[in-house]
Amino acid sequence: MVSIDPPVDSLSETFSALADLTRRAILSRLAAGEASVTELAEPFAMSLPAVCKHLRVLERAGLIERSRRRQFRPRRLNAAPLKHAAAWLENYRRFWEESFERLDDYLQELQSRAEEGGAEGGGRGQPEIKKGTTP
Amino acid sequence: MTQGSPGGLAVTTPSELEIVMTRAFDAPRALLFDALTKPEHIRRWLGRRGDVMTVCEVDLRVGGKWRYVWTLREGGEMGMSGEFLQIVVPELLVTTEAFDEPYFEVMGAGTVNTLRLEEREGRTFLTTTVRYKSRQARDAALGTGMETGAAESYDRLAELLRTLA
Repeated sequence: MVSIDPPVDSLSETFSALADLTRRAILSRLAAGEASVTELAEPFAMSLPAVCKHLRVLERAGLIERSRRRQFRPRRLNAAPLKHAAAWLENYRRFWEESFERLDDYLQELQSRAEEGGAEGGGRGQPEIKKGTTP
Repeated sequence: MTQGSPGGLAVTTPSELEIVMTRAFDAPRALLFDALTKPEHIRRWLGRRGDVMTVCEVDLRVGGKWRYVWTLREGGEMGMSGEFLQIVVPELLVTTEAFDEPYFEVMGAGTVNTLRLEEREGRTFLTTTVRYKSRQARDAALGTGMETGAAESYDRLAELLRTLA
């Protein structure tokens, strides 16, 4: 479930950066290619400083970088933390799915053992089927 | 909303703070309850194939604690623990749940889980209600892909990842 190697806090940082609609919109825009701060601010009814604040959060989470090539340093997406977060979440789901599949098999095993063993107590691991044992 | 199909994990979101997972098992309710609560049974199925459970302690009484630790198949350890809040054999189990590792706190630093077991036509339906401390934590958990569409927050993340693939 966990092969997590980056620093412990990076996932929390990714998730909290993603928790905001404006920041997700900015990331979607950057997925299409790098853009200047002014271009990124265009679709939003908010001030440039407010947009810059969101950009700083995304930058701190490692989700965007500044291109060094040009004078106005357009922002670009860094996809690695996103992929990492998605992988972690997928692992969580898989944990339960796989556990329940194993439980299915185990329950079948217990029941066929109970049939074979009949009423005889017999071996260890005999299932304890107690009907109607509600206290 | 998706219904529990045999062999499949169905997920719904009845309130802002809850995720409900439904799974059907071909077994009587009492047997399933035992499998969910007795260490000798739990050790045989809880965790993925290849994970090794190293600690499995269950003190099945109200106020009693439980604790599980695995050595994961990819290396490393994972531990989780909690406390039983309510027990009605073989139909209801309410427990707290928290992971040891700090990074699991993205999931909301612990949940309260309610397990209901209902027997219908020879099968037992297990309904697990996971209650998060905030809506954001719930949405993060739903983004696991447990069910498409349920996690509006992470739909965009999924889209984004597709465009990057």
